[in-house]
Amino acid sequence: MEILLFLSSGLFLGWSLGANDAANVFGTAVGTRMIKFRTAAIVCSIFVVLGATISGAGAAHTLGKLGAVNALAGSFTVALAAALTTFWMTRLKIPVSTSQAIVGAIIGWNVYSSSVTDMKSLTKIMLTWVACPLISAAIAVVLFILIRKIISINKPHLLQLDAGTRLGLLAVGAFGSYSLGANNIANVMGVFVPDNPFNDLSVFGLFTLTGVQQLFFLGAVAIGVGVFTYSERVMKTVGGGLVKVSPVPALVIVLAQSITLFLFASTSLEHFLASHGLPTFPLVPVSSSQAVVGAILGISFFKGANIRYKVLGEISLGWMATPLAAGVVAFFLLFFVDNVFDQQVSRTVEYRVDGVVLEELARQGVEVEGLVELGPDVFTNAVKFKSDLEKTGGLEAKESSLVLELARLGRWEVQPSVIANDVDTHWLTAGQVDALRSLTGQRFNHLWRFNAALADASDEWKLKPDTTVNKQTNKELKKKLDYLGRLFKVDAASGNSEKENFRRDG
Amino acid sequence: MTMPLFRSSKIIESQIDEFLDVVAEGSLVYKKGVKAYLEKDMTDFEARIVAIDKLESRADKLSKEVEAHLYSQSLIPEHRGDVLGLLENADNIIDTAKASLYQFSVEQPDIPEELNDQYLKLAEACYEAVEAVIVSARAFFRDVDSVKDNLYKVHHFEKEADSISDALKRTIFSSSLDLAHKIHLRYFALNVEKVSDKAEAVADRLAIYAIKRTI
Repeated sequence: MEILLFLSSGLFLGWSLGANDAANVFGTAVGTRMIKFRTAAIVCSIFVVLGATISGAGAAHTLGKLGAVNALAGSFTVALAAALTTFWMTRLKIPVSTSQAIVGAIIGWNVYSSSVTDMKSLTKIMLTWVACPLISAAIAVVLFILIRKIISINKPHLLQLDAGTRLGLLAVGAFGSYSLGANNIANVMGVFVPDNPFNDLSVFGLFTLTGVQQLFFLGAVAIGVGVFTYSERVMKTVGGGLVKVSPVPALVIVLAQSITLFLFASTSLEHFLASHGLPTFPLVPVSSSQAVVGAILGISFFKGANIRYKVLGEISLGWMATPLAAGVVAFFLLFFVDNVFDQQVSRTVEYRVDGVVLEELARQGVEVEGLVELGPDVFTNAVKFKSDLEKTGGLEAKESSLVLELARLGRWEVQPSVIANDVDTHWLTAGQVDALRSLTGQRFNHLWRFNAALADASDEWKLKPDTTVNKQTNKELKKKLDYLGRLFKVDAASGNSEKENFRRDG
Repeated sequence: MTMPLFRSSKIIESQIDEFLDVVAEGSLVYKKGVKAYLEKDMTDFEARIVAIDKLESRADKLSKEVEAHLYSQSLIPEHRGDVLGLLENADNIIDTAKASLYQFSVEQPDIPEELNDQYLKLAEACYEAVEAVIVSARAFFRDVDSVKDNLYKVHHFEKEADSISDALKRTIFSSSLDLAHKIHLRYFALNVEKVSDKAEAVADRLAIYAIKRTI
C-alpha cells in the first residue's frame, strides 16, 4: 500500500492545481459577479472531472512531465515540491502556472540526481513569460474591438447583453475546465499509472471504468476539491485585483486566453494549416495564467484603465519565483526523502560510447573522431558524461544531445508475457503489434536499437521525414515508442521487467 | 440553462419597458389633468386623478418587481445599482405629478382665466421634459450612445419650464390680486414646475450612468 502514500502527493498536486488554475478559467466571471463562486466551482469541478476521465484517457500512455523522474519516491517528492510551491503562490493570491512549478521541481531533481537538464525547457519557460502575455494581449484587444463593434451594431438590450455574456462566460469556463482536466491530469496522475492500485470497475453494468480512468477520476476529484476549497482567493486577483474588469471585457479575456492556448498549443491546428500549405503558428508552450494576465493588461492599456502596478509586480515576481522555488524545494525534499527516509529517489542511468553507437553517429553525420577516446568507459553520471563530451570539442548542442540519447544504456527484452498481458493492443495498429510480436525474445542494450528493430520489422514503426505536416504523426509514434520502451525495460540485476519489479517492491 | 436565463431577462426587460410607458403615460395624464382643472371640467379632472393614481401604483409595483428580480437572480451586477436608481428617480416623477394633481384637488386654487394659458404651457413643458427623459432612459438600455442625443432636450424643456414659471410668477405678483391669493398661485406654479425638475434629476443621473455603461 506504499503506492497510496505516494499517490497522496499527486492528489495534493491536483488540489493545488485546482486551487490555482481554476482562476484562469472562471476568475473574471466570478470577479465581475457575473457568476457566483459556487456556480463556477460546481461547473468547473464537473468539467474538470469529465475532461480528465474522458479526454485525459489519451494521456494514460504518457507519464506526463514527471515521467522524466525515474523512481517512484522521486516522483512523489517532485510532485510534492511542485504542489507546495503552487500552494504557497495560491496563498499569496498569485496566479501561476502549475506546469512551470513541475518543470522547476524536475530541474531540482535533475540537479540532485546529476541528470542532464534539457536547456530547451528552461528557455521555453522564460520565453513564455514574455511571449505569452504579449500574444494574448494582442488577441484580447482585437477581440475587444470586434465585440464592441458587434454590440454597437446589434444594440442588444442591457439585460440581453447581460444574459449573453453570462452564458458565454459559463460556456467558455466549462470548455476551459474540460481542457484543464484533460491537459493536466497526466501531470497529476500520469506517473502513478504503472503502479495503479485500481482494477476495472463495472458501474451498475452500464459501463466499465478502467483502472486508469478511476485513477484519473481520483486525481480530477482532487482538482475539484481544490477549486471548491481554495480557488476563490486567486479568482479575486484575476477578476479584480489587478484592474477592475467589466463583464463584457471579462468574457473577452477568457476568450482571448482560450484562443491563445489553442493557436499556440494545438498540434491539430498546426497540422491542418501545414497540410493545406498555409503558414503555421510557432508551437510555444503557453501558460494559461500568463495568457489571462496578458489579456487583462491588453484590454486595460487599450481602455486606459488604472492598473494596480503593485499587484502586477507581485504576479511577475511570482512567475519567476515559481520554477525557482519549486526547484530549490525539490532539491531539499529529495535530500530528506533520500537520506532520512531512505527511499530511492532516482535510478542511475549509464552511458557508454561503444562501437554500435559510434557507427550510428557516423551514419547520422556526426563527426566521431574525438568521441573514440570516451569509450569503452561506462559513465554513471550524466553531468560528468556531458562535460567530458564537451571537452572533446567540435560537437554542436544538438549533436551532443544525440550522443547522450544514443549512448544511454539499458536492457530491453521483448517478453511474450508482457506482450500478452500489458501491451494495449487497441492503441497500436495491427501492423505495429505484428512487428512487435516478430521481435519476441530479442534483447537490446539501447532503446534506439529496439526502436530501429521495430522500424525494420514494419514501416508502421518508421518515423516520417521531419516536416511540419508530419509532426503530429511522428509525435504520436514517439509516444508509442516511449510507451514500449517503458514496458519492455528490464532491471539489469534480476532480469525481471521493471514493471514486475515495481510491483514486487510495492 | 440557456432558456431560463434569457426568459427571465425578457420578463424583466418587458417590465422595465412597461414601467417607462407608465411614467410617460402618467405625465400625459398629468398634463391633461391640469388642463381639465384650468378649463373647470371637474369630471374629467377627477377621472385624471383616478387614472394617475392607478398609474402610480402600477409604476411602484413594477419597480419593486424589477428590483426583486435583479437582486434575486443577481443580474447585471455592474449596472444593477444604476438601473434601480434610474427606476426610483423615474418613479419620483410620477409621484410628484400625482401629488401635484392631488394638491389641485384638495386646495382648489382660484386661477384667473388670463393665467390659464401660462399654466398650461408650464404643464406642457413639463410633459415634454418627461417624454424626452423617457426616450433617453430607453436608450440607456438599448443604445447607450444615443442617450446624450435626448438628454439635451430634457434640459431644454426644463429650462423652458423654468422661464415660463418665472414669467408666470411675475405676472401673478404684478397683478392686483391680494397677497394671499398671489402666494397661493405662486405655490401652484412651483408645484407644476417641480415635475420638470424631477425629469431633470433623472437626466443628470442618466448622463453619468451612460458613461459608466460605455464598454
